[in-house]
Amino acid sequence: MPDEAQTITKKLPTEFDRRAFFTKIGLGSLGIAAAGTIVFSYEYLSPNVLYEPSAIVNAGKPEGYSVNSVTMDVNSGIYLVRAEEGYFALNAVCTHLGCLTAWNQDLGIIACPCHGSKFKRTGEKIEGPAPKPLPWLKTWVSDEGDLIVDRSTDIPPLQYLRI
Amino acid sequence: MAFNADQMIDKVRGSRVWRSVFRSGTGNSTLHRALAIQQNIFLHLFATKVRKRMVRFSTTWYLGTLTFGTFLILVITGILLMLYYHPSVPQAYADMKDLQFVVSSGLFLRNLHRWSAQLMVFLVFAHMFKVFYRGAYRTPREFNWVIGVVLLVITLLLSYTGYLLPWDQLAFWAITVGSNLSSAVPLVGNKIHFLLLGGNQVNANALLRFYVLHCVVLPLAAILFIAVHFWRIRKDGGLYVQQSEPKAQPGTEKATNVKEAK
Repeated sequence: MPDEAQTITKKLPTEFDRRAFFTKIGLGSLGIAAAGTIVFSYEYLSPNVLYEPSAIVNAGKPEGYSVNSVTMDVNSGIYLVRAEEGYFALNAVCTHLGCLTAWNQDLGIIACPCHGSKFKRTGEKIEGPAPKPLPWLKTWVSDEGDLIVDRSTDIPPLQYLRI
Repeated sequence: MAFNADQMIDKVRGSRVWRSVFRSGTGNSTLHRALAIQQNIFLHLFATKVRKRMVRFSTTWYLGTLTFGTFLILVITGILLMLYYHPSVPQAYADMKDLQFVVSSGLFLRNLHRWSAQLMVFLVFAHMFKVFYRGAYRTPREFNWVIGVVLLVITLLLSYTGYLLPWDQLAFWAITVGSNLSSAVPLVGNKIHFLLLGGNQVNANALLRFYVLHCVVLPLAAILFIAVHFWRIRKDGGLYVQQSEPKAQPGTEKATNVKEAK
């Protein structure tokens, strides 16, 4: 009998180990289930339909803006600027932590009430803590002759829209 | 006429109903007192016996217990506030104002919730300073310190998520700024921001998500970790009092509580 037991223990490492096989199967399926749960949760938690205002904003007729004016649309969070070179739109959301900036007519700057960032009319940063300038937004004229701004699309600065 | 309160209490405690609920039995012996603690689902988290100097005011200033007290106040007042508050964009602010001006005792409960929340954050820090400066975080209690840090984070998250619920300008911009911090995480920052708010901006989804976090997820997490925190006090040898600590002698098998000779 002792001889038999010894031979069995000696054989085990070389033999196909059933217990190890089932352990691997079990852990593997648990791993797959865990990965599936993570994917499932992520999919569930990120909404597929958003009831947020459209990114495309109609800013009205270009003639409504006088030369060298900065007009803010509080609802959509954009500045519509008419410079001598032409029209452009800026994102009014501060690049620091997302507060809504404001145009100061007297000082001729854009300033953020939350942490004091300052920007030029062209979006260029004068003073931090904002890390980046205010982005220029894609702007065009619709078939009806209205100025249209796409808030979700940034363009390189100083691309004036000439009409 | 021979009315005796003690006899009455003994009679109740000896009754079959009482005995079916509290199995430790009547009596004032050390064993009975120990059983009363050990056989109660809530009290069994704690040690059956503690040293007097562990529960002296000067040892802990009761800061942990006071923190738990504010937590209980917050749970009770929070549940009551939930009966009038709708976490929706058109109603949230108005409901908060109703609680202040229309609901009986609404102002009291809301302010109690607010002030207890401020106090809880303060007490958590005070508790941590007290534990730190008297060295109670050291081995074998270091893991309970870690659980304490988790509870600190949960407390701050509860405070932060609750801040959005009044849905006023202060709340809106505080959460706009706070959630934008998460965008700074490398690579996945914007995804985290999107998942946290349930959208790209602080809106209806964000209000609902913060409400669920504030009223369900975070309190449950807090209760779980508080239970472990309390249980670990017993497991780690009771509250830290210097005189009660085992001497650090390598080789000795078990801690002794021999009084130190001066």
